[in-house]
Amino acid sequence: MLKVKLFDRWRWAVLVPALLLALPVAIVFASLFSPQLDVWQHLRQTVLADYIVNSLVLAGGTGLGALLIGTSTAWLISQYQFFGRRYLEWLLLLPLAVPAYIIAYTYTGMLDFAGPLQSWLREVFGWSFGDYWFPEIRSLAGAVLMLSLVLYPYVYMLARNAFSEQSASLLEASRTLGLSPRRHFWKVALPLARPAILTGMALAMMEAFADYGTVQYFGVPTFTTGIFRTWFGMGNAVAAAQLAALLTSFVLFLLLLEKWSRRKVRYYHQGQKHSAPARRRVSPARQLLLFVLCLLPVILGFLLPAWQLSSWAFANWQRTLNAAFWQLVWNSFSLAAIAALLSVLLALIFAYARRLKQDPVVRLPVQLAALGYAVPGTVIAIGVMLPLAWFDQRIDLLAEQWFGIRTGLLLSGTIVALLLAYSVRFLAVSLHGIEAGLERIKPNMDNAARSLGFSPWQVLRRVHIPLLRGSVLTALLLVFVDVLKELPATLILRPFNFNTLAVRAHELASDERLADAALPALAIVLVGLLPVIILARSTERRMRGVE
Amino acid sequence: MLALEQLAVAYGPHKVVKDITFALAQGQIGCLVGPSGCGKTTILRAIAGFEAPAAGVVRLQGQEVSSASEQLAPEQRKVGMVFQDFALFPHLTVADNISFGLKQLSKAEKTAKVKQLLQLVGLPDLGQRYIHQLSGGQQQRVALARALAPEPKVLLLDEPFSSLDAEFREVLARDIRKILKQLQITAVLVTHDQFEAFAMADMIGVMQHGQLQQWATPYELYHRPASRFVADFVGRGVMLPGVMLDQQQVETCLGIFRQRYLAEVQAGDKVDVLIRPDDIVHDDDSEIKATVLDKSFRGSHILYTLALASGEQVYCLALSHHNHAIGEQIGIRLDLDHLVLFPRLLPA
Repeated sequence: MLKVKLFDRWRWAVLVPALLLALPVAIVFASLFSPQLDVWQHLRQTVLADYIVNSLVLAGGTGLGALLIGTSTAWLISQYQFFGRRYLEWLLLLPLAVPAYIIAYTYTGMLDFAGPLQSWLREVFGWSFGDYWFPEIRSLAGAVLMLSLVLYPYVYMLARNAFSEQSASLLEASRTLGLSPRRHFWKVALPLARPAILTGMALAMMEAFADYGTVQYFGVPTFTTGIFRTWFGMGNAVAAAQLAALLTSFVLFLLLLEKWSRRKVRYYHQGQKHSAPARRRVSPARQLLLFVLCLLPVILGFLLPAWQLSSWAFANWQRTLNAAFWQLVWNSFSLAAIAALLSVLLALIFAYARRLKQDPVVRLPVQLAALGYAVPGTVIAIGVMLPLAWFDQRIDLLAEQWFGIRTGLLLSGTIVALLLAYSVRFLAVSLHGIEAGLERIKPNMDNAARSLGFSPWQVLRRVHIPLLRGSVLTALLLVFVDVLKELPATLILRPFNFNTLAVRAHELASDERLADAALPALAIVLVGLLPVIILARSTERRMRGVE
Repeated sequence: MLALEQLAVAYGPHKVVKDITFALAQGQIGCLVGPSGCGKTTILRAIAGFEAPAAGVVRLQGQEVSSASEQLAPEQRKVGMVFQDFALFPHLTVADNISFGLKQLSKAEKTAKVKQLLQLVGLPDLGQRYIHQLSGGQQQRVALARALAPEPKVLLLDEPFSSLDAEFREVLARDIRKILKQLQITAVLVTHDQFEAFAMADMIGVMQHGQLQQWATPYELYHRPASRFVADFVGRGVMLPGVMLDQQQVETCLGIFRQRYLAEVQAGDKVDVLIRPDDIVHDDDSEIKATVLDKSFRGSHILYTLALASGEQVYCLALSHHNHAIGEQIGIRLDLDHLVLFPRLLPA
């Protein structure tokens, strides 16, 4: 009897929140059933082609850039022994800490006419305005460059793991069959690592599709900026949702590509024990070359922008480090902390339900809800805004009819909307961590504890909680930082007069007050370093385990 | 001590095991063998209380602990279990793992008990290590010590040696049998390896498709298998075709044999006679000759594969100084202690 009841409880505990989390994306797609012919006519005649071409070029270019930087550095790091290699191995991950919109403001400040580089050039060569040509960073090509610089670590990480998991005997076999090391790379190593590299590329491209801050700042019309304009400029929320649906379809295609290539990872991965290949030693001159090559992405993607931000922040700290800034920090941190707690709580419920019930009624909604990580923040914001606004209006109307009072915005203008959006976007992050942790607790450990005389609750306390603690803390931190960095959804959904570090940095930068934007931006980057450090440490530990 | 009566366990509508009946007295070691997927582990899980039976009962010390209507919770059964994957707790030391189930004891008593158990399983110095610092065999011993610590009435072992090296298994199996006998613990072992079963068990049950084919001593199982499946699964052997002359005598190409028991066969019935390698004796003086097809050296013995004049193949276990080349003719004699025969299967 008890068993049946518990069964139902788990089903409900999963079904209700999972469907709620799947709702925003469903709403966005449902908008397709309400054709907005005039608006689309207008869009088609004016900007739609730009949106499509620019978004595709941005994602494709970023994918390519990440592929080039990520794969080449991964190969050098995994195959060669050179000065500084051990440090570069994790330094190369640092650009992950810099959100794309922040690196975009920073480079704009460094490269524009009044910036340090052009001023220096003028001074050295005696040029003045109009004498010389200088590439415009605020362009589509510039956006591709910015995004590549901060997104290449996805490819680097996966490719490096794939390369270093390849057994030493593979290279030896190639050599005995007459292949040079160079030919071995093209004919064996690269094809073997292809699924991992494709996965990394797909992730980078998803982020590029989702980017709002960079393209908005650079004035490049893409889907994400188009959604904003259609909604807030033209006042047509449904057409904006339809654009969002179109964008999401592009991303879902990438997601399929990613899933498809991941499925092959298993086949390509050799299960047998292997010895890690000895890294090749080269002459000191070559070592210096390799060192510089691998240091370059770190400088351009992290050190240079971080240095620039720090110098701006330091120069202006007396003006910017004030009560308003601490208010921003408090807003951001408390919001991120609540979102992280909520997300991890949901992940715990889902993960336990999936562990206890091998049941499609539990499995499918969770998978659906976890899809949110692929959906751009702009899209989620629209999907959250539409139903909540509808709900608020209905309640307001009913309250006025029945009680003669106006309730106003109950949900849509409050932190509830933000929390829902964050939960949709970042559930996959926390779920992934919790499930990985739960997997380490084999079902037989529960059984063992039960047979040693412990009740289910005692098993939870004595076995699960101590074993899960690490995964839960990591998941909390990851979601915390992701929320802190998130821009477009926060921009749309935040309550009136409620600012966060990310939103404020974006606003100040948009007003060309780059130096003032530096302090909040720097704060985001510094906090963003925490998960990168965890990531670097955990991969290092795993690599040591292999050796 | 432990008794199963007509036990059946179902996952959904599909019965994984059914009609399982066996009993073990205190201190007896029982063993369930059978191909993978035959339901052995399910029976252990039903005894431990992790699966509810669809029918039948499980009794511990005469008390009914599992039936289709009522279930005693696993933690109240005092049944220890050693899992195939050991399921040791990675966040605890060896000593803490072992004392995990000792809730009632004082700290000093716990320490003493852990020390005693570590001694028993032969790991006296490893109490402060963590699980990942142990080898597979050491983990196995810790898992055993942890299960033994609360002094269970019954111990269940699920494929306890499957992740260990072959040579190591035998040593460990013998050690564990000694420990179980010393503590007079009733145990049920599940394995797919019959030699492990022979080494450990007082009673062996052979399972197929969720049913117990035979529950018997190892000797009986080998020499008097109840079905073709058991005959085939346990030990090596061939089926030699024969014809019943009357209810007791069977004629084969190796001669006429008499059985002591009346089987349900009539004169003229076609039957198969089970011939074990040790039933064929190498005898140079014998008039029956066979050709050596293959040989495999086993140290003290050589296992020959022989072709009879009739074309049938049999195995012969000969002392190893009877060394013959492949292709050679050797004399053999059939020395049957137990005549085991099954009605001939009609060709499909």
